[in-house]
Amino acid sequence: MDRKRQQLRDELTGLLLKGGFIGVVAFVIALLFLIVPRQLGEIAPTDAVQTGYRGTGMAVVDFEADTATLASLNVLPEVLEEPYVPEPDEELAGDIYENVQLLGHLTDANFNRLMLAITEWVSPEQGCAYCHGEEGNFASDEYYAKNVARKMIQMVWAINEDWDVHVAQTGVTCYTCHRGNNVPNNVWYSPVPNNRWAGPSAAMQNRPTEVNYSTGLPIDALQTYLLENEQPVGVNGYGPRDPSGASIYHTYQTFALMLHFSNSLGVNCTYCHNTRGMADLDGVTPAWATAQVGRAMVQEINQEYVVGLGELLPPYRLGPLGDAAKVNCTTCHQGAAKPLLGQSMLATWPELASTAPIYEAAAASQ
Amino acid sequence: MPEYQNIFTQVQVTGPAELGMRGGGAELGRSGSGGFSSLLGWIGNAQLGPLYLGSWGLVSIVSGTIWFLIVGLSMLASVDYNVAEFIRTLFWLALEPPGPQYGLSIPPLNDGGLFIIAGFFLLISVMTWWVRCYTRATALGMGHHVAWAFAAAIWLFLVLGLIRPILMGSWSEAVPYGIFPHLDWTTAFSLRYGNLFYNPFHALSITFLYGSTMLFAMHGATILAVTRLGGDRELEQIVDRGTAAERAALFWRWTMGFNATFEGIHRWIWWFAILTPITGGIGILLTGTVVDNWYLWAVEHHFAPNYPPAAEMGIWATGTGN
Repeated sequence: MDRKRQQLRDELTGLLLKGGFIGVVAFVIALLFLIVPRQLGEIAPTDAVQTGYRGTGMAVVDFEADTATLASLNVLPEVLEEPYVPEPDEELAGDIYENVQLLGHLTDANFNRLMLAITEWVSPEQGCAYCHGEEGNFASDEYYAKNVARKMIQMVWAINEDWDVHVAQTGVTCYTCHRGNNVPNNVWYSPVPNNRWAGPSAAMQNRPTEVNYSTGLPIDALQTYLLENEQPVGVNGYGPRDPSGASIYHTYQTFALMLHFSNSLGVNCTYCHNTRGMADLDGVTPAWATAQVGRAMVQEINQEYVVGLGELLPPYRLGPLGDAAKVNCTTCHQGAAKPLLGQSMLATWPELASTAPIYEAAAASQ
Repeated sequence: MPEYQNIFTQVQVTGPAELGMRGGGAELGRSGSGGFSSLLGWIGNAQLGPLYLGSWGLVSIVSGTIWFLIVGLSMLASVDYNVAEFIRTLFWLALEPPGPQYGLSIPPLNDGGLFIIAGFFLLISVMTWWVRCYTRATALGMGHHVAWAFAAAIWLFLVLGLIRPILMGSWSEAVPYGIFPHLDWTTAFSLRYGNLFYNPFHALSITFLYGSTMLFAMHGATILAVTRLGGDRELEQIVDRGTAAERAALFWRWTMGFNATFEGIHRWIWWFAILTPITGGIGILLTGTVVDNWYLWAVEHHFAPNYPPAAEMGIWATGTGN
């Protein structure tokens, strides 16, 4: 009798142990389903857009939350004054004010409208004084910011007039990059070696930084591809047995540039490429071509308009090698595939769209 | 719960340490008298040592240490001898090969020269360790299967760091010494040579690699499952098949129609394992020397399919892409 009871007790104990184990596992799984989603939100919903032929895995996937964040970060600034369509005999800013070198062809009203807007976009805290000083001498060229602003206005004209293959009809204004900051938030300086011990072969790599997005890839990719133009981005041969001659280091640099493209635009590789053959031009999307001209555009911006600012800027605005802050893709894109999510400001700012603003069209489009 | 169902080894033999063969100089080169660790006994033999070092082993350890120190001290120098920074960024640090401008010449020490010197010592270390592996098997009257399996891995190592860079005419093609850097190299290598996915020897290597893991799991599981029937006495079961071998064989015939034998399964696993680096090494050797763009090679040989151009897809045509 005792033995049977003992046997029963053993069986029950075993059953309880097994049941207990299963119960604990079930409880943990239940916790995962119940508690975690309440703490962290539902399993994050995503949006996917197919970018290539089915079955190739070409798609851009975004978290809906990120899309919403991006929308809140890319709201156009308030338009305080609409453009004034000039009257035939209206006096021009160049006739009224002294030393108006670039914008003299604007009417007084539009000139001041633009000046106020630039203040809002670039120096909302310092106001007019940021470029013109506290003394009220608006004709003076004493302050560096004014001289920089002239160069930047010429740059904006060049982008909008000559680079519509990249910026399309959306165009750019000061706000596209500045967003209320004296210097745009996303700029870069020429890199200094992060490995002072190593010779030139490895001086620029193998350290996690913001520039290489915490990988060990080279930090000189922007210098190589967005300022200088001495080596092609592509590293693949054009035939199965045609050597391209590109080195492994060259490939690291290209990889680092692609990482920059990807992070700047908030897209993945398959936004532009069919990744089975990165250099296969049948597999690339139209965005690839847009990126190609984008790189040429940024090179021109940096070479023609930005590098020269080094002579105007005060020392505290310069990088470690004494260079001016330069432009990359993030300067405009700021995480969006199209800067400001493709919203154009040019209709409101014809003065920035072209050196010869067309107000009738602007008025008609409103 | 039955005794054999356990993640750790259940049987630990302790007693006087087993010292191996004696006489005829067999004791020469051994160090220590052997000790026991019950912790080790959970995952293998509880006896630790004695170790046979010998002159090949000594050369291997010394040159391996020199390689390790050159690499480690170069990494330390690259963070200005800041130990905290060294620890923080250890996974990113590397001793890189020389740049392509040097070709096969010997560059300055800090620009790839030390990489070549370190590589020389690593080569000595690995090759002498292989010799040691071979002579120890001879000394024990064993076959040389372990040495030849090791040689298969050395083949891949030699292709990556010596043969292919020489054929390419540049040390810059070699793999850097570093945790993340050698992974970056792997990615860059595939990107540079048009996607290793289309390299058929790469595909074979992966087949053997995944096959190895599958065979390993099938074999390990089978033996553990028939241990209660004496199946862990594999050698006896090879020549004198008992119920364990019969049941294990029957299990696989029932589930997939065919079974390896207690002997044959080890040949399967050995060949799968050594063919992984052998085929992989061939694939690496052909890359850049014979074929420069594997994707286009696959197009040429009609095994990369044609797809309609991405530009014709709806989102690009309608401009709805984000």
